[in-house]
Amino acid sequence: MKKDDSISRLDAVAHTDKCALGKPDSPRFTKSQELVYELTVADAMRRKVITTTPRTLMSELREILRANRISGTPVIDNGRLAGVISIEDFIMWLAAGEPDCPIGDKMTTRIDTLFAHEPLIHAVGKLEETGYGRIPVVDKASGDLVGIITKGDIIERLLRKLEIDFHTEEIHRYRASHIFEDIMGDKVALTFQSAVKGQDFSLAGSASSRLKKTLERLGIDPQIVRRAAIASYEAEMNLVIYTDGGTVTASVQPDRIRIDVNDAGPGIPDIEQAMQPGFSTASEWVREMGFGAGMGLVNIRKCSDRMELVSTVGKGTHLRIHIDIHADKSKG
Amino acid sequence: MKLTRIIERLNLRVCTAEHRLDREVQNGYVSDLLSDVLANCQENDVWITLQVHPNIVAVAAIKGVAAVILVNDRQPQEETLAKARQENLPILVSSLSAFDLAGKLYAILNEPSGAQ
Repeated sequence: MKKDDSISRLDAVAHTDKCALGKPDSPRFTKSQELVYELTVADAMRRKVITTTPRTLMSELREILRANRISGTPVIDNGRLAGVISIEDFIMWLAAGEPDCPIGDKMTTRIDTLFAHEPLIHAVGKLEETGYGRIPVVDKASGDLVGIITKGDIIERLLRKLEIDFHTEEIHRYRASHIFEDIMGDKVALTFQSAVKGQDFSLAGSASSRLKKTLERLGIDPQIVRRAAIASYEAEMNLVIYTDGGTVTASVQPDRIRIDVNDAGPGIPDIEQAMQPGFSTASEWVREMGFGAGMGLVNIRKCSDRMELVSTVGKGTHLRIHIDIHADKSKG
Repeated sequence: MKLTRIIERLNLRVCTAEHRLDREVQNGYVSDLLSDVLANCQENDVWITLQVHPNIVAVAAIKGVAAVILVNDRQPQEETLAKARQENLPILVSSLSAFDLAGKLYAILNEPSGAQ
């Protein structure tokens, strides 16, 4: 099959579905069809089964169904599955206006059962074929009732499985280092923002560590990732040491990373002085921890291709770090 | 030289990441200023310091150092150890001073034969 150019734009979006469909030439197979073969009855069945006995009265059935929010129960006689009673049986009994009687008189005794290890597709087939709302599941060896399955259970299980699969697929794709190739647009930027708490050294650095991992997952060149992480770390430490906190926002485009660091005070009185290697206003105890050496802004400048620093005393500081990603590097 | 060999030769105590000791180390860096480490320490170096607070882990992870060696028998803070485990970063402790440890490490990394 030759792909039509007009639909190629959708490829990235439809990528997940395409994988599930397999080769374009093979018969169309939906993900849920595939899953009903993969999953077993045991995966989807409900194990906690509400049962009745043949001697339970029809008049009691309504309350049992209502209280448990179910539409039928298996009927167990001396530990053995004797039949199934459903809300349909109950309605028929009501409509006929018959006197009260044991469930045993009204239950369906021709019972279709399933084995726990059978593929889920057998349950789908049997529900379809018989028109029953529920099918008891029994142990193959002992014949004991081990569960019950309805269409609702199957749908719920499939949805959950699809969600898990989709999630796994998402993670897989993020790690595949081709994120920008999968996203289309004249201009695409991924933005990651972290709030940084001021004066809190226990969490200090975590925003930059996270940013580093994110950039690694995007498949960005390790040298570039390291420069971005160092610049972001120094800026983050400045927020922790000198301010009441702020934000670090990284915006990543295929050809560049921009990191914006904003805070609301106290501001830098003399930026030129602050940029001098070794100049620091950090307190003694901060210096003892190895911070505040007066190298932070110097390091940021060293790691960035361009940097803009705007500050107003009492208002706050805005630092913008530009790091270019060179297009000529080889991609994995 | 393998990190495991360095640990043996310098009699270092391993605090974290026992399974990450097979890295090849050729160089080291001694500093207690984090910005200085960020600027000048190289990937796969061992970083010798007396700082024991949790921020050394972030710095080490960002630089990709092979291990952090704490000197003077300094005991890392509990939180430092927890973070190091998370990052799979070996934290090693020596009873020597930074000067003595760096001197010995320099010597064994620059032995004419037997290294590597």
